[in-house]
Amino acid sequence: MSEAIVQNPQVPAVVARSGVVKRLAKNPLAILALLLLAGTVVASFLAPVLATHDPNFGDLQAVLAGPSAEHILGTDSLGRDVFSRLLFASQVTLAAAALAAVVAIAIGVPAGLLAGYHGGWFDGSANWVTNMLMSLPGIIVLLAVRAATGPSVWISMLVFGVLLAPSFYRLTRTAVKSVRNELYVDAARVSGLSDTRIMSRHIFSVVRAPIIIQTANVAGVAIAIQSGLEFLGLGDPLVPTWGVMLSDAFRNVYLTPLLLVWPALAIAITTVCLAILGNALRDSLEDGQKVPRVRKPRLEASAPAPSAVTTDTATNAVSDHLLVVDGLRIGYPQAGGTMKTVVDGVSLHVDRGEVLGIVGESGSGKSQTAFAILGLLPDTAEILGGGITIGSTRTVTPGSRQVSQARIAALRGKGIAYIPQEPMSNLDPAFTIGYQLVRPMVKVLGISKAEARRRALELLVTVGIVNPQRTFDAYPHEISGGMAQRVLIAGAVSCEPDLLIADEPTTALDVTVQAEVLDLLRDLQKRLGMGMIIVTHNFGVVSDICDRVVVMKDGTLAEGGDVRTILRAPQHDYTRQLLASTLEGKLPMSMLTTGTKA
Amino acid sequence: MLIFLLRRLVAGILLLFVISTITYVLLYFSSDGIAQNILGEFATPEQIALKQAELGLDQPLPVRYVEWLGGAITGDFGRSWFNSEPVVTALFNRLPVTLTIVLGALVIAAVLAALLGVAAAIKRGWIDRAVQLLSLAGDALPSFVVAIVLVTSLAIQAKIFPATGFVPFSDNPALWLMSIALPITALVFQLVAQAAQQFRSAIIDVRRRDFVRTLRSRGLPEREVVFKHVLRSAAPAALTILSLQFVGLLGGSVIIEQIFALPGVGPLAVLSTTQGDIPVVMGVVVYTVIMVILVNLVVDLVNGWLNPKVRVS
Repeated sequence: MSEAIVQNPQVPAVVARSGVVKRLAKNPLAILALLLLAGTVVASFLAPVLATHDPNFGDLQAVLAGPSAEHILGTDSLGRDVFSRLLFASQVTLAAAALAAVVAIAIGVPAGLLAGYHGGWFDGSANWVTNMLMSLPGIIVLLAVRAATGPSVWISMLVFGVLLAPSFYRLTRTAVKSVRNELYVDAARVSGLSDTRIMSRHIFSVVRAPIIIQTANVAGVAIAIQSGLEFLGLGDPLVPTWGVMLSDAFRNVYLTPLLLVWPALAIAITTVCLAILGNALRDSLEDGQKVPRVRKPRLEASAPAPSAVTTDTATNAVSDHLLVVDGLRIGYPQAGGTMKTVVDGVSLHVDRGEVLGIVGESGSGKSQTAFAILGLLPDTAEILGGGITIGSTRTVTPGSRQVSQARIAALRGKGIAYIPQEPMSNLDPAFTIGYQLVRPMVKVLGISKAEARRRALELLVTVGIVNPQRTFDAYPHEISGGMAQRVLIAGAVSCEPDLLIADEPTTALDVTVQAEVLDLLRDLQKRLGMGMIIVTHNFGVVSDICDRVVVMKDGTLAEGGDVRTILRAPQHDYTRQLLASTLEGKLPMSMLTTGTKA
Repeated sequence: MLIFLLRRLVAGILLLFVISTITYVLLYFSSDGIAQNILGEFATPEQIALKQAELGLDQPLPVRYVEWLGGAITGDFGRSWFNSEPVVTALFNRLPVTLTIVLGALVIAAVLAALLGVAAAIKRGWIDRAVQLLSLAGDALPSFVVAIVLVTSLAIQAKIFPATGFVPFSDNPALWLMSIALPITALVFQLVAQAAQQFRSAIIDVRRRDFVRTLRSRGLPEREVVFKHVLRSAAPAALTILSLQFVGLLGGSVIIEQIFALPGVGPLAVLSTTQGDIPVVMGVVVYTVIMVILVNLVVDLVNGWLNPKVRVS
């Protein structure tokens, strides 16, 4: 239980401090925890005043008595007043836990600072010691220590502090390592500040908050292990602590189970409160990343978008287009209840055998549009309005806030498919290429594994892979980026989809490979008669492969139409800018005359 | 992978050596009154001196240590000073009980953590909050407090489970299950907390990765994407947390065994340390470190199996 907290992945290394207290104050659970802890501490300090009896005085006439006016919580097996003992026990228990935390900090933090800042041999050996300490079971070590030194809660907590030091060491070291190479630390070094000044001013301010959080965790663990030891009967019976009381109560569990309640409650409440407090502190440090769910008025969702040039007159009735996107609007709820609209009233359509280019710079909403069509928007995204129809299936009906997963799921693979941008990150590193090709075919087409395997090898040949069997058996990290993109194309067309959506399919590839992949896409599109959408920022790609093009800017459609027309006579300033940037100063016309196809 | 494992094994043996040395030195300074303890308070100084010579307590530390180490390397950890039982026998007699509850808790916690993590990460909402709160409580509450609550409510008051004792599986499987149910529950409660949290955040993270989106675009059922692909990529981080927690689990089991009066290694550890029975204490320490090293190795192997990239590097 002790070593577990050493690895605390949730503690942020670098944090913003502004408004932490304010955010903490908004957390009712944290306030309750803080109050309970404060109450316990105050009660322990006031023990001499509050206690009604001497904690070690036993009235043998009143052994194991129930609660009464004389003994508020009754008496224990030696007739001692439970309430008074509980108060004095808090004193010892909390002080001992504090001792463990202080020792852990005193060793862990300086060592972490030194190791993180200077690295070198100290870092290496400190890491080794840390790993060793972390693989020691706390209880066993403390048992051995007790065998050597006798029962003393102070000595065992001192030793336990040493065992807990790695948690502070790791925390500090990681934080320091990440800050060390920041510019302002460099600047401080250049300006001649001494290492100690830099450490105390710049670096300590960074690790301070995580250390506070970790202290709360460590204190809880210390109380737990200390009580555990004493529960085993290894504590000093003359020093009242929660663990000693629990041990005594458990021995009489058949006679007076009620006695267990008080020390158990004290331990439980204190450790849980410490954990809640640590957790709340961490949450409030981790900034306002959490997005509150906002309820949007439904009216807005069905209202047609006023903005944007529409390239097509999109009809509401099911058309003979392969894909119709009609006034689509997508937004992301922001912290503070506002909605950031990333796609605002986009309408477009694709026919069978046609290639549509969606062009725009990053952040223009082109990929968001593509993901909405695929039904693969992130969970946080919301459809604010408009509709999407693929074939005869309405995946987004006006008024719905999400893409209908049930409907789009039935289409994926055979109706609609996707080629991603970045080849390497789009293959599951844990499975072979072959498995990732075969499995969807088996699931979607319902063919046998052997048949799917035969087709997969064929596909690999089709996409131009020289040694299909080797690639089939390979894991993603064993093939090159260009090959991976071919594999992804093979996967996308494996179920012969009606509509293929390629999101920047060549951006991540070498220039030489780019042309080959585009050729391949064009071939496949022709051969399978697919409708295709190419999302790109590159007009070269557009002129190469597209029939029609729409230009997106800031979530809206700037203009759209036949590729030839747009390239020859761009109407919108933005299109001209994009063209100019793509063609690097060449005139739009010159591109078209040298282009092989438009 | 093989080299990696070999290196871990060598590091483990080194660790074993360092820890046993430190413990031995530590215990050396506490061995003064042991002869007296064994013989009782009425022993004459002559008898005590004789006993000390018999146990080798009159020898200097290096001699005693080398002698112990020589025996330990060949698997001979000596005999208990108090009841003359060979340490290895004592450990092996008690190992099945401890291993049953410790490994049982580990496996159940891993499965439970994965399921809770998946539920919390995917459903979010109230399930997520419930899992978070539960992990917070499970993490903070000492397992022996949980055990005490379980034993008083379900065993002593409701009398559903036995409060103490262990029934071997070969005697009666049903009773065996009843006798280990509460101890395992108490350990799992503590163990599952951090691992579920880790699973949760890893799953949320993996689900955002590109390849998951692509797999979904291929028309694979969501269930298959989550349980086959997402979980597999998310598991190594959580399993590593579990293997780190295993150290704490061994410690926790000492107290749990005491509460439920299970004849495991725990009571042996407590008794031998209070008596100062050095050969037994050393045996317990060595056994514990070996267990930790073994579990870490197994987790490394599982992670290597889950992630083919680790296998080559």
